[in-house]
Amino acid sequence: MEPRIGVFVCHCGTNIAGVVDVNRVVEAAAAWPDVVFSTEYKFMCSDPGQHLLNDAIIRHKLTRVVVAACSPRMHEPTFRKACAMAGLNPYLFEMANIREHCSWVHEDKLAATLKAIDIVRAAVAKARLLEPLQARMVPVTPKVLVVGGGVAGIQAALDIANAGTKVIMVERSQSIGGHMAQLDKTFPTLDCSACILTPKMVQVAQHPNIELMTYSDVENVDGYVGNFTVKIRQRARYVDESTCTSCGVCLEKCPKKVPSEFDEGMATRKAIYRSFPQAVPGRPVIDKESCTYFKNGKCKICEIFCEPKAIRWDDQDRVVEEKVGAIIVATGMGLIDPHGLGQWGYGRFPNVLTGLEFERLNNATGPTGGRITCKDGSEPKSVAILHCVGSRDRNHKEYCSRVCCMYSLKFAHLIKEKTHATVYNFYIDMRCFGKGYEEFYNRLLHEGVKFIRGKAAYVTDQAYGDEETGKLVVSAESTTLGQVLRVPVDMVILASAVAPQNDAEAVARLFGMGRSPDGFFMEKHPKLEPFATATDGVYLAGSCQSPKDIPDTVAHGAAAASTALSMISRGMVEVEAATAEVLKDFCSGCKVCQDVCPYSAISFHDDTHLAEVNASVCKGCGTCVATCPSSAITGHHFNDLQVLAQIDAAFAWE
Amino acid sequence: MGEEKKNGKKLQLAMYWAASCGGCDMAVLDVNEKILDIAAVADIRLWPIAMDYKYKDVESWADGEIDVCLFNGAVRNSEQLHLARLLRRKCKVMVAFGSCASFGGIPGLANLHCKKTIFEAVYGYTASTVNPEGTTPQTHTKVPEGDLHIPDFFDDVYSLNQVIPVEYYVPGCPPTPDTVMVAVNAIATGNLPPVGSTIAGDKAVCDECLRTKSDKPKIQAFHRPQEIFVDAEKCLLEQGLTCMGSATRGGCGSLCPAVNMPCRGCYGPMPRSLDAGADALAAMTSIVDASDEQAARTKGDQLVDPLGTFYRFTLPVSMLRRAQREH
Repeated sequence: MEPRIGVFVCHCGTNIAGVVDVNRVVEAAAAWPDVVFSTEYKFMCSDPGQHLLNDAIIRHKLTRVVVAACSPRMHEPTFRKACAMAGLNPYLFEMANIREHCSWVHEDKLAATLKAIDIVRAAVAKARLLEPLQARMVPVTPKVLVVGGGVAGIQAALDIANAGTKVIMVERSQSIGGHMAQLDKTFPTLDCSACILTPKMVQVAQHPNIELMTYSDVENVDGYVGNFTVKIRQRARYVDESTCTSCGVCLEKCPKKVPSEFDEGMATRKAIYRSFPQAVPGRPVIDKESCTYFKNGKCKICEIFCEPKAIRWDDQDRVVEEKVGAIIVATGMGLIDPHGLGQWGYGRFPNVLTGLEFERLNNATGPTGGRITCKDGSEPKSVAILHCVGSRDRNHKEYCSRVCCMYSLKFAHLIKEKTHATVYNFYIDMRCFGKGYEEFYNRLLHEGVKFIRGKAAYVTDQAYGDEETGKLVVSAESTTLGQVLRVPVDMVILASAVAPQNDAEAVARLFGMGRSPDGFFMEKHPKLEPFATATDGVYLAGSCQSPKDIPDTVAHGAAAASTALSMISRGMVEVEAATAEVLKDFCSGCKVCQDVCPYSAISFHDDTHLAEVNASVCKGCGTCVATCPSSAITGHHFNDLQVLAQIDAAFAWE
Repeated sequence: MGEEKKNGKKLQLAMYWAASCGGCDMAVLDVNEKILDIAAVADIRLWPIAMDYKYKDVESWADGEIDVCLFNGAVRNSEQLHLARLLRRKCKVMVAFGSCASFGGIPGLANLHCKKTIFEAVYGYTASTVNPEGTTPQTHTKVPEGDLHIPDFFDDVYSLNQVIPVEYYVPGCPPTPDTVMVAVNAIATGNLPPVGSTIAGDKAVCDECLRTKSDKPKIQAFHRPQEIFVDAEKCLLEQGLTCMGSATRGGCGSLCPAVNMPCRGCYGPMPRSLDAGADALAAMTSIVDASDEQAARTKGDQLVDPLGTFYRFTLPVSMLRRAQREH
């Protein structure tokens, strides 16, 4: 039977109709074979628009529907639902994107109209060959994995746990807390970071619905929305968790000192350590790489002094398998490697610090007990804070790191408070956009901080005069004065760019996520779903998605939690029907498809020598379809013939 | 045909060669003593490689007088086209025999060029050409004895089914003796598959290959066979050889991989394939072990003559079909 195709062209207000002659598209479509109905409407996605679609399907006995409107990412689900309401299989619907792909990117109205006609013609050609597919419902495991124990993960875990759903939190370092735990004060309120964070950390540890696994890594993720199986490696701690009382004697007695990661290498920790005094959990771990006993078989001092006898030299890594319904990735941010920022003197001059190093220097639990000093122990008489080091810079990171202006103001305030130093802020422009931020800036303007509008070009120790001798000289063009300044200071703080974690690529692959051009994890929709990913059931929280300050991070964590919860509480999920399928008659067992699947949906049966796609896991991305050298894999809803018909039609000039 | 044989009438068989190397004809002889079985059931009415025939002999046959024609070689000039059309008229069943007739074959790679550039090379600048007058073949030449005609050389090389309807395909460069006998038996007994079928396997060469494959195959670097010591057990693709086995129809018994040579793809595209070269290229590049674009590029550059490798036998029937003409 010949298909009966209906074409519906949307104006999208003036979004499309302002550039594309919608009526001409409708007329063109009416003339094509199998198109039995063709019309336009102002907003196809609106209620009346959907009714129009509904009525036309029934009245004209349509067997295929093409809506020419916006991106399918936006409204494909809307129109699929509308088709289903009228009794048409939703996979017999095809969307032609004449907004993002046409009207929004073109000015020439005639050319845009002709292009819109081409796009719709291609969609009609594909629609002709569409086949009905059935989506399937699967039950959900009511448990959520939260990866990362920073404030985003903490917020998400607590929200979910408080709602009565089980949570597993995995954190790779010894303690939860993340970057927020490293901070002394928070902008703009200047409240103590530890004071507001540690109670939440303790809540996580004590919550009956949260299973906390620190010093652990997620090794493998299998499955699909509602039904993930994750493998978690709990690294050997060499300290028995049930007997250790966290008394801390071992920390004092251990003779081996190594640079502390938590203190950004500015102080030392022991080989047996907890990240910081308020660490959660408080029980220490032995860092096998540094421990003297593991190196040369002698020492065991910690064991000698451990009263509850909690040291376990034979401890092993444990790999546990857990089933969860949703995953929240809250792996946080890193910082740009400051060694690549040589012109600002990092690594060459000891008194050039990164922002995070200064946070530790200023912190009461930090290397100096919170005293702001130069490397030689003296108090700096002048400090320069350089904004946008590596951010807003085409040579490094094009984006704004979003937190630097505010923490630079905070630094300026704290330096003023604790020392008598003159403080200079070298900025491009001040970005103080949050609640109370502009007010904080105004306050700083009256605290005697010197603001120089100009990005620092370089930091040097080459003195041009007596006042520069023995100082670090910051060179910058003040764009308000219109002249190049040389400012001698004792200390330079680089507001270095926030960056994706070093292992972001591996983490993205592990959880089946994409990354945006800036390297952060890609959200499903930048505005409407910044907490979801392209993989159903995997959500994002915090600065792993983009640089965020604490309020935004917490909000993002809560948003991810509520999205995960709403999925979990539905109890069932629908899985995509447009999946790949291995045609057994043609599969020759070459295994080429095995490694290309980003969702680990393909398994190989040694007995039959055939590959098989697990349709519940498959996202229909088509990678295996293109890869299969034997043309033995077909991508339902995007098969070769449909796509070729689409290409042929797109180039069939009228 | 089975009927006719019962009636005592032998199968009327024609074999013809067009743009081919003669290997397909040798393949028929390669069935050894079984050639006598063929002779027992068939009258060989035309076989230029073995016996002398003239055009007029073929022209003198009645239409449909011949039962089966095994046509080997691609079609690249007017004489071959004429014979293909003539034989089509005279024969009930037309079989594209060998890779050239089936897909264009090795001669099909000439579609990367055109008549003009080929003539410029062959009659101009190849190392062995001595042609100070720059003479090139002309279709008509007047000599004292009269007019000479030679066939017109086409810009394109065609597979047989691009110029005449074809009933069956017997792929291979050349078809193996087993494939030949399967085809001959099918013809002799009348036990023929549906029209349009290829008489070979439905699965890829990989299915017949006994080499061991990793669960997640990766290519570290591309090599040519003479550059490495080939591991006799391990999948050739994983050793970096551009083995076409996974993108090539089986039925050959995986002869080349069995002797450490990568499959060259002579049995042609898989049944559902739209472009064997793209299939192989997509597969191989998908499993190149490269962490970033630069690494992938560096490894990709190790591929020598990718077009000639991936489309060695199938360029004329591929989606590419030919290189864009210069004129």
